[in-house]
Amino acid sequence: MLKYIFRRILMLIPVLLGVAFCVFTLLYFTPGDPARMVLGDLATDEAIKEFRDKEGLNDPFLVQFGNYIYKAVVKGDIGRSYSSKRPVMQEILTAFPYTLKLSAFAMIIAILIGIPCGIISAIKQYSWFDTITMIFAMIGLSMPVFWLGLLLILFFAVRLRWLPSSGFSTFKAMILPSVALAAQSISMVTRMTRSSMLEVIRADYIRTARAKGQKESIVIGVHALRNALIPVVTLCGLQFGQLLSGAILTESIFAVPGVGRLMVNAIMSRDYPMVQGGVLFIAITFSIVNLLVDLLYAYIDPRIKAELK
Amino acid sequence: MNDKIMLDIQDLTIHYEVESGVVHAVEGLNLTLGRGESLGFVGETGAGKTTTALGIMRLIPNPPGKIKSGKIIFDGENLLDKSEAEMRKIRGEKIAMIFQDPMTSLNPVITVDKQIAEMISLHKKVSHSEALKLAGDMLELVGIRRERMHDYPHQFSGGMKQRVVIAIALACDPELLIADEPTTALDVTIQAQVLELMKELKQKFSASMILITHDLGIVADICDKVAIMYAGRVVEYADKRSLYTNPVHPYTIGLFRSVPDIDEDVDELPVIPGLMPDPVNLPSGCAFHPRCSMAEETCKTLRPEMQEAEPGHFAACPVCVKKFLERSGK
Amino acid sequence: MTDENFTPELVVRKRRSPFVDVLLRLGKSPLAMFGLAIIFVLVFCAIFAEVISPYSPIKQDLMHMFETPSAEHWLGTDEFGRDILSRLIYGARVSLQVGFIAVGIALITGGMLGAISGYYSGWLDNTIMRVMDVLLSIPQTLLAIAIVAALGPSLMNLMIAVGISAVPTYARIVRGSVLSIRSMEFIEAARAAGSSDLRIILKHIIPNSMAPIIVQSTLGVASAILNAAGLSFIGLGIQPPNPEWGAMLSGGRQYIRDFPHMTLYPGLAIMLTILALNFLGDGLRDALDPKLKR
Repeated sequence: MLKYIFRRILMLIPVLLGVAFCVFTLLYFTPGDPARMVLGDLATDEAIKEFRDKEGLNDPFLVQFGNYIYKAVVKGDIGRSYSSKRPVMQEILTAFPYTLKLSAFAMIIAILIGIPCGIISAIKQYSWFDTITMIFAMIGLSMPVFWLGLLLILFFAVRLRWLPSSGFSTFKAMILPSVALAAQSISMVTRMTRSSMLEVIRADYIRTARAKGQKESIVIGVHALRNALIPVVTLCGLQFGQLLSGAILTESIFAVPGVGRLMVNAIMSRDYPMVQGGVLFIAITFSIVNLLVDLLYAYIDPRIKAELK
Repeated sequence: MNDKIMLDIQDLTIHYEVESGVVHAVEGLNLTLGRGESLGFVGETGAGKTTTALGIMRLIPNPPGKIKSGKIIFDGENLLDKSEAEMRKIRGEKIAMIFQDPMTSLNPVITVDKQIAEMISLHKKVSHSEALKLAGDMLELVGIRRERMHDYPHQFSGGMKQRVVIAIALACDPELLIADEPTTALDVTIQAQVLELMKELKQKFSASMILITHDLGIVADICDKVAIMYAGRVVEYADKRSLYTNPVHPYTIGLFRSVPDIDEDVDELPVIPGLMPDPVNLPSGCAFHPRCSMAEETCKTLRPEMQEAEPGHFAACPVCVKKFLERSGK
Repeated sequence: MTDENFTPELVVRKRRSPFVDVLLRLGKSPLAMFGLAIIFVLVFCAIFAEVISPYSPIKQDLMHMFETPSAEHWLGTDEFGRDILSRLIYGARVSLQVGFIAVGIALITGGMLGAISGYYSGWLDNTIMRVMDVLLSIPQTLLAIAIVAALGPSLMNLMIAVGISAVPTYARIVRGSVLSIRSMEFIEAARAAGSSDLRIILKHIIPNSMAPIIVQSTLGVASAILNAAGLSFIGLGIQPPNPEWGAMLSGGRQYIRDFPHMTLYPGLAIMLTILALNFLGDGLRDALDPKLKR
């Protein structure tokens, strides 16, 4: 098992180098002079030249990339924001807890609603509950998060005045963004739980459990669920990874000061070190979450666990 | 009430209602089984053997399946009148079942000792740890070393999984054991081992048994009585010796002919012409008449009842029974 | 032979073509039909926008700003007095264009890469798939944002960004089905008969891996439209005054307290479009592979 984890972490390195390379290249060839961007239109040509020398912007492409990676790995320095002048890493680490909290809340909501709905839908297949749940799940899947966010604001903040429309400091303020972000995940978890459960309840071992004289509640709740949840857990993990990085729109609607909003602002103001650092950071988070999901998967499915031994 | 009769199925009819129509899986089936007897339940795939077995367990998947009519008298009580809670007490404790495919019959995420212990805890008043200990005993009984009790099903071979399934079925010392093609999914060499084990354990536990199979050889090896099933009904029922020496029903005769004989050198095995009827559209009268070489006009309209050809030997074919009686000079 | 009248035709039931079969099964799903109907309406709007829209989508009318729905302006007007219904109708053109072209880009690029990768295993497969891994480790929305940020906001760049960000998905699907088909006997047979690799890929492998690709493409159009609208919403997509649903939503956002109709209708248009495509995609999945139906 340890060997497997170690191998997986080793395999992450080239992927992340690739990500860094892609983002670096993309932004390197983007039209516009970063020096001009930082110093503004009024800067003199001399000042710009000086800045370019200091920042190594005149070096060949590969040298610049090498420097970037060197600094990132050795010093944990992924540049300095053009607009705030603070280290990118510091900016991201300030913003990340908000994103993490938002994603975690959304995931909890998705699990608490999605799994029970999926189970009931599967057990009562073709019932009215099933039909309505499935239609709602489809609507949730099709709902653009930015529209849902606006609707929630309109209804709960503007009309009813129950909840604040922006910010993320109080528990009340966290409700609307979390719900908006959760909508898609709820739908996906519900659909996955249902289809996985439907597959499992037709399995022979469920019939075996019934033939033992086991109660239906235990047949479903223990025998079926333990098997049906294996793919659902995977989905939840992957979804969590998506949420961590996909909260961009939600954060910008509800003005949550997370990584997503940081990124959007950085892109708008052409703050390239920030964009580079942000994408790299999100890719790392995303990969780590996916790795954890794989490990979790191996942990809950004895068949896979055995393979890894 | 005859105390020797343990199971008496009367006029059982089970239908599956599917999109394309009603599947007549079991249609007016009659069958009796005495205490301590073992019955071979023989028929082609789709004849309704498994449906009958699931019917006895009251485990017909509903929807689409439904027991339409009939009685299943077990120990003098009609199982079809029982509540679900009462049935749960019977399942596993009184009637246990071994399923066809051991590869999929065990829960993949639960260790085998726990799967056996579950059966024991459900029906016996023992502590959890005691149930696990008994589970280990059961594993040893079916020839699996105790050290392996904490393993998961995927760590066992097919034959061993079937041993585990047998251990589960016998864990509560059932009165009736229903084995649904227990060896079909296994390799030939493993088949023999598993059959040997079942024979041994049947003696040891003195349980009655219904062995569902399409293999007449297995029946000859293990069973006392034989019931031949065709298109949802039992067409011939007799003790083994009588059926193997004097088969009466044309379908049974056809079945025996299609079994190769080692001593005889034939180029081609005779087969029964035609195919099993579509269970959605069963033929009128005797369901076998379109394939029967001896069919008469009446067979097309009259549904044949069981008639006694010789003591304890019944066949659902008036034509053949009459001929049989003439031949034996009565 | 004793029975000369016995002909195989009598035994073999007449078979419909598989294509007709799929359509018939699809026809049985009311939700898929609902989706298809909406898509037809949208396509109709996109093609005949000039004819059916009551006003010009970009003509400003400062006398009629922020009007709520009325007989003249069915869905009201926006902050420049532009007719919302007309803008939505023209917006359908943009959204469908983005959806289909982005998926086209993703499908062609990803499909080729996946087919090559699956067909010639070895270093080529390895290289391509590692590159795909790199792209997959960046979340799709973020990748699209990064690309469009680099290229600059425009309709074409939006389509490229959304398309490229979906490439790995298609590459993986196609590679998977190629791998499973490649080992089948009829491919061996074709190879034994001397068919060239290209011919085998085009004639045998691609047609046989169509089912999952069709389903993924339908769902892909939905997510492409959604992604594009999201990008436009944060200002990285289609630029004003061009009518685009996401941009309209973004424009109406600041007036949401007083004029919610400006955000209500564009959002509804996006949702219905995505919903329709999702229903159709689900229906297609069931129709193409009845075994998977649950």
